[in-house]
Amino acid sequence: MTLLVAENVGIRFGGVRAVENVSFAVQAGHIFSIIGPNGAGKTTLFNVLSGIYRPDSGRVLLAGEDVTGMPPHRLAAKGIARTFQNLQIFYGMTVVENVMVGRHLREDRRIVPSMLGLPSAARQNRATRQKAREILAFVGLGDPADEPAGSLPYGALRRLEIARALALEPRLLLLDEPAAGCNPVETAELGELVRSIVRQGVTIMLVEHDMRFVMQISDRLLVLDGGRTLAEGSAAALRQNPEVIAAYLGRHGAREANPALS
Amino acid sequence: MRALLSARWVTLGVLCLVIAALPLVFPSSYYYRVAALVWISAIAAVGLNILMGYAGQVSLGHAGFLGIGAYAVAIGPARFGLNSWLCILLGALLSAALAWLVGRTILRLRGHYLAIATLGFGFLIALVLANEARWTGGPDGTPVARVSVAGFRLAGPVTWYWLSGALLALGTALALNLEDSSVGRALRALHDSEIAAALAGIDVARCKLWAFIIAAVYASVAGSMLALFDGFVTPDVASFLRSIDLVAMVVVGGIGSSAGSILGAGLLVTLPQFLTVFAEYEQIALGLIIMLVMIFLRRGIVPTAQQLFAPRRR
Repeated sequence: MTLLVAENVGIRFGGVRAVENVSFAVQAGHIFSIIGPNGAGKTTLFNVLSGIYRPDSGRVLLAGEDVTGMPPHRLAAKGIARTFQNLQIFYGMTVVENVMVGRHLREDRRIVPSMLGLPSAARQNRATRQKAREILAFVGLGDPADEPAGSLPYGALRRLEIARALALEPRLLLLDEPAAGCNPVETAELGELVRSIVRQGVTIMLVEHDMRFVMQISDRLLVLDGGRTLAEGSAAALRQNPEVIAAYLGRHGAREANPALS
Repeated sequence: MRALLSARWVTLGVLCLVIAALPLVFPSSYYYRVAALVWISAIAAVGLNILMGYAGQVSLGHAGFLGIGAYAVAIGPARFGLNSWLCILLGALLSAALAWLVGRTILRLRGHYLAIATLGFGFLIALVLANEARWTGGPDGTPVARVSVAGFRLAGPVTWYWLSGALLALGTALALNLEDSSVGRALRALHDSEIAAALAGIDVARCKLWAFIIAAVYASVAGSMLALFDGFVTPDVASFLRSIDLVAMVVVGGIGSSAGSILGAGLLVTLPQFLTVFAEYEQIALGLIIMLVMIFLRRGIVPTAQQLFAPRRR
């Protein structure tokens, strides 16, 4: 089943065409990665998919429904969650509260019961906190749940963002450079985590610079260059694609992605 | 969770204890009067803290809502023969409606721009109150009818001390409940990152609007109490300096902390009384104290103290 379809998506800022005429389809249950050099439009495309930018042209379909230009909070309700390349942590809150925020849509959001502190509100708080702790345990952050979010090291903050996104129980999870700043061990652990998320039935889109990581883990990849599609296909196909090798991977990248070439 | 829950009850418990015990050390009824003014100001400050401390949105015109509440209990009974209690409610409803109308537009602005827009709103209310003399009595103000409950006239500082104290305890309880609820978390989240909050499914514009409305209602009720207590009201209640006073209470006490807002209200209402010994230098002394607090206790009094005395969790 096709979960997400982008049709001729384009967006420009002033005269700059950040993304132009990009089309692709993501199968449910896949890990679909977007790669490309800096400025290729990867994060811009993520911003379109998550509703932060409205595309100038083209359509985005989620499970067949046109969701083009929907605001982020409504896309979240449709099942799209994401993390950020430059972390967006709620530093004024504890670790577990950060994840509890991700449960917002699953909670009763009426003002009056919240302010009155009715037993139902207390019950809901307990349930939300319990669920948030389970998710934290799942991403390996069970222990520091009640610490201030700011006390976590960088790698843990990346996991915290993933936990917060998972709290939405999304259908599609967009991960923007989750391995950035991670050492090889952390990257390997991250790969395990991503795979276990997929096993839970979540489809994943990934923007990532770590070629070894992304080539190993992805079912399909989209290569962007200068906002345009350069190629799309499986890791194996892209390794053989001379255009991709020349334009993006370069000789060094090609070696990393395909040890057989070196 | 236990930590959060207990923090909520500690704040509320200490507040009730202070309200109950203070009269034991009051030598004269003058002290009841000052304390009642503290409680009333604190109601507005606790409300403003929901907007500023939870949601991180500034309002430099919040005394405008104080004015609406105050004039509601002045004009309603005098001109329309309405019950004063009903007028508190009507003032709160009017403030909520106005906050909704104004907030929908100006809450799209951020930072300095929002500050200036709310500033303008405050000026506008103060101007209307001063100029619509036919209704408001103009700059000279207008008397406010005393209220009574079951034939018992509510007057005198002692009665108002207990009344405003009880209302403050209630308002604080509501604010603390909100803080640890799904809406409260949404407000605190958008304070830190609007984009991440939106992607977590939070309707950021709507949440900000709610915070603005709630803060307006708190201020309006406080304004009504102030007018009923004083028995007289002038446009000064909605002045720019009042708005700044409210912001200062929230910030000095510790932004985001309800206890801090109450403490801030206590400081900003009582300090001028103590500082009368400085005679003409009173304002300078007050300004200096506020500056020193902000320099040395940057996050405000209560959060700084909490950090100092909290046991290090490991």
